[in-house]
Amino acid sequence: MIQLTVNGKKQQFDGDPEMPLLWYLRDELQYTGTKFGCGMGLCGACTVHVNGKAVRSCQTPMSKAANQTITTIEGLSASANHPVQQAWRDHNVPQCGYCQSGQIMQAASLLKEKPKPTDADIDAAMKGNICRCGTYQRIRAAIHQAANGKQASNTKGGK
Amino acid sequence: MSKMNLNRRSFLRATALAGGGMMLGLYPKVAALAQPGRGAAPALAPNAFISIASNGIVTITAKNPETGQSARNMLPMMIAEELDVEWKDIKIVRADLDAKYGSQFSGGSTATPGNWEPMRQIGGAARHMLIAAAAQTWGVPEAECSTASGRVFHKASNRSLGYGELASKAATMPVPDLKSLKLKDPKDYKIIGKTTIGAETKDVVLGKPIFGIDVTVPGMLYATFQKCPVYGGKAVSANLDAIKAMKGVKHAFIVEGQPITGNFMTSDPGLEPGIAIVADSWWAAQSAREKLEVKWDEGKWATQNSVDIAKKADEISKQPAARTLRKDGDVEAVYKSGAKVVEGAYIYPFISHAPLEPQNCTAHFQDGKMEIWATSQTPQNGRGMVSRILGIPENNITIHLVRGGGGFGRRLNNDYMCEAAWISKTVGAPVKLLWTREDDMQHDYFRPGGFQYLKGAVDSNGKLVAWQDHFVGYGDGERFTASGNIDGGEFPARFVPNFLMQSSVMPLGLKTGALRAPRSNVYAWVFQSFIDELAHAAGKDPVQFRLDLLSSGTPGGMNAERMIGVVKLVAEKSGWGQRKLPKGTAMGIGFHFSHQGYFAQVAEVTVLANKKIKVNKVWSAGDIGSQIINPGAAENQTQGAVVDGMSELLQEISLKNGRVVQSNYHQHPMLKMSQTPPIEVHFIKSNNSPTGLGEPALPPILPAVCNAIFTATGERIRTLPITKQGFSFA
Repeated sequence: MIQLTVNGKKQQFDGDPEMPLLWYLRDELQYTGTKFGCGMGLCGACTVHVNGKAVRSCQTPMSKAANQTITTIEGLSASANHPVQQAWRDHNVPQCGYCQSGQIMQAASLLKEKPKPTDADIDAAMKGNICRCGTYQRIRAAIHQAANGKQASNTKGGK
Repeated sequence: MSKMNLNRRSFLRATALAGGGMMLGLYPKVAALAQPGRGAAPALAPNAFISIASNGIVTITAKNPETGQSARNMLPMMIAEELDVEWKDIKIVRADLDAKYGSQFSGGSTATPGNWEPMRQIGGAARHMLIAAAAQTWGVPEAECSTASGRVFHKASNRSLGYGELASKAATMPVPDLKSLKLKDPKDYKIIGKTTIGAETKDVVLGKPIFGIDVTVPGMLYATFQKCPVYGGKAVSANLDAIKAMKGVKHAFIVEGQPITGNFMTSDPGLEPGIAIVADSWWAAQSAREKLEVKWDEGKWATQNSVDIAKKADEISKQPAARTLRKDGDVEAVYKSGAKVVEGAYIYPFISHAPLEPQNCTAHFQDGKMEIWATSQTPQNGRGMVSRILGIPENNITIHLVRGGGGFGRRLNNDYMCEAAWISKTVGAPVKLLWTREDDMQHDYFRPGGFQYLKGAVDSNGKLVAWQDHFVGYGDGERFTASGNIDGGEFPARFVPNFLMQSSVMPLGLKTGALRAPRSNVYAWVFQSFIDELAHAAGKDPVQFRLDLLSSGTPGGMNAERMIGVVKLVAEKSGWGQRKLPKGTAMGIGFHFSHQGYFAQVAEVTVLANKKIKVNKVWSAGDIGSQIINPGAAENQTQGAVVDGMSELLQEISLKNGRVVQSNYHQHPMLKMSQTPPIEVHFIKSNNSPTGLGEPALPPILPAVCNAIFTATGERIRTLPITKQGFSFA
């Protein structure tokens, strides 16, 4: 029996210990905000926090999740207004939106480690997160906003 | 394709809402829908484009599929503008597939040009009826009434009524004649031309279950579907008993498939053969699939090979072309006249759409009826295919349009929908079919690769006087594979006095289809790279050479003046020829007309050690008409198109032993954030009706980057991906 905490709730799992955490979150707990994109840790769509750090849930077997504290996009902020989420809305970042929960979880993890990241820090932290729609310019602007704690002056974003 | 002519195909009608309020609906004219082969005409049902409740809440139905282009915002913005309500008071609801909405389609950058007139007319008609209701209530002439922010005002008597208060009465007013309806002067626009935040942006950032992959139905099972790795192959036998004995597996069976109706050129091959595994979780189904042992009949394409295809194309290029598509003047005479002749073979690969959300579909067959949740860009086609393949009448098939995690043209096809429907009907339970990334990349409708053998000449004044293209693609006889066609009108036809466009085709065992800016996404690279070669041969500045060329056209096709406008604007904004660049750094330009849009882009590139390329900055200039309806979304789309185009410089799908070699993003890369330059976006607002943006903003970036690489290094990129010549992005 594997025990773990997901979004503040204690959970128990007695299925296949090799099953990636991604499928446990999506199909058993219905935390579908965490996305499946590649299954090989190449795209970052499945990024969650394990003990506060960004991790690819598609590459994390349940056996490794035992006794860990997991946070998904649904658990990032109790009031749904984590500074990163707010910045994403202010900059109107998403196009299709599919990668964005992974991008947000990665960015939130970065800001926890480096509250004032440089562009180089952002490049390094976000290099494993693909945005197929190419919203990178806005993601970068939104991360800077979340770091500075300021509202965007307009909703155009990007520049 | 999605153009709606309100007067011919449909009409507006107002009805009162139960409990007060009005609904202005678009009703199809039954005759227009009862066409042969389209099935029975639907019952007359209103399309609730606008509902105004008695409490004043305005609900607008967004009818088109959404895969990230902001269509779900843009069409309601057009309605809301003419209705004269505040954007914040608008509620947008998603439409399911229903004949009452007319065309529900996403693709070809058609949403803007196809809806610009009718959506504004619908909004304007509702506003007119609300004014009529107010005028009658007050006993004043309509002409004395005005509207603002969801209220009708009679300034002379200082009276006003909210739309909600007027709605029930407005529903009884006659619908105005749409032709004579006076729409707003664009200078009075309050919503069109102002950025609105995506209708589902909040749901996206909170991780709400809005995508196809998130659909959950009570009692749902999970399916995987293994197709033959060789196109056209089918399963002869498999270890199904062992699979069925595995944990969680409920069903495992061979699907014979529906015989392919046309041939490889069709974008609708029906249901492909394969093996379905259905389990109580997707992980169980996928784990079982990894233990599958299948005996395949690989069919006739099992020896197909990219290397052989390239050799064959080279042989064909040395022979007379099969067809001549256009011939102006005499190119051979020019070559003999002493003009400077340039030749180049341009070669480009198949590539995959690779939207981040792998194909998936949920289907529930019950009591003779099929309910489907799908991310299709063409749900009407999908319903037709499901009906034909499963023998279910179309009116017993319901399709819910679910947000797609990227489309790029992939979801124009409905193969996954047919598979899910077939599996659900076979097992008699709701089923969510989910492909792996490998399924998605190897069973795509690929952007066709091809070979173009170009020859051209410039005279002693540096003027382009001859252009010749032998296009070697795929097809059969006079037919080209889907989205692999070319015609004689390709630029620079009409701009060069001696022009010859010819084609030959080779057989192909691979599905092909439309990828964002189909054909243009790579033909622009071919044409604009070769124009660059000719500019350098002429000793002319690449921008000036293009402007000279654009000034020498004969009428037809694209409007040269509009293209000259964007070329000049992008040159000005990028400081073309005005800035001293360090050694190893250079700028390149490309332009292209597609999907009614005019775009020119400049890339500034630094070539580092080991042919590593850093794109420092990109400037884009576009002319898509008189209005940029949602400027923030337009900027986002343009920047995304540039990133997408840069990614395409790196991508390749190749074939070995009939199989697709590449399987995941490590072999078919997407640009990363660190490789993405700042992209400056500019538009010319010209006196033309607004047109689409999602596609035409993409093609110019590929030649712009490659032309910059040439100027920086002297090496011309004539083969994609650029890695074939040793280049890569830093």
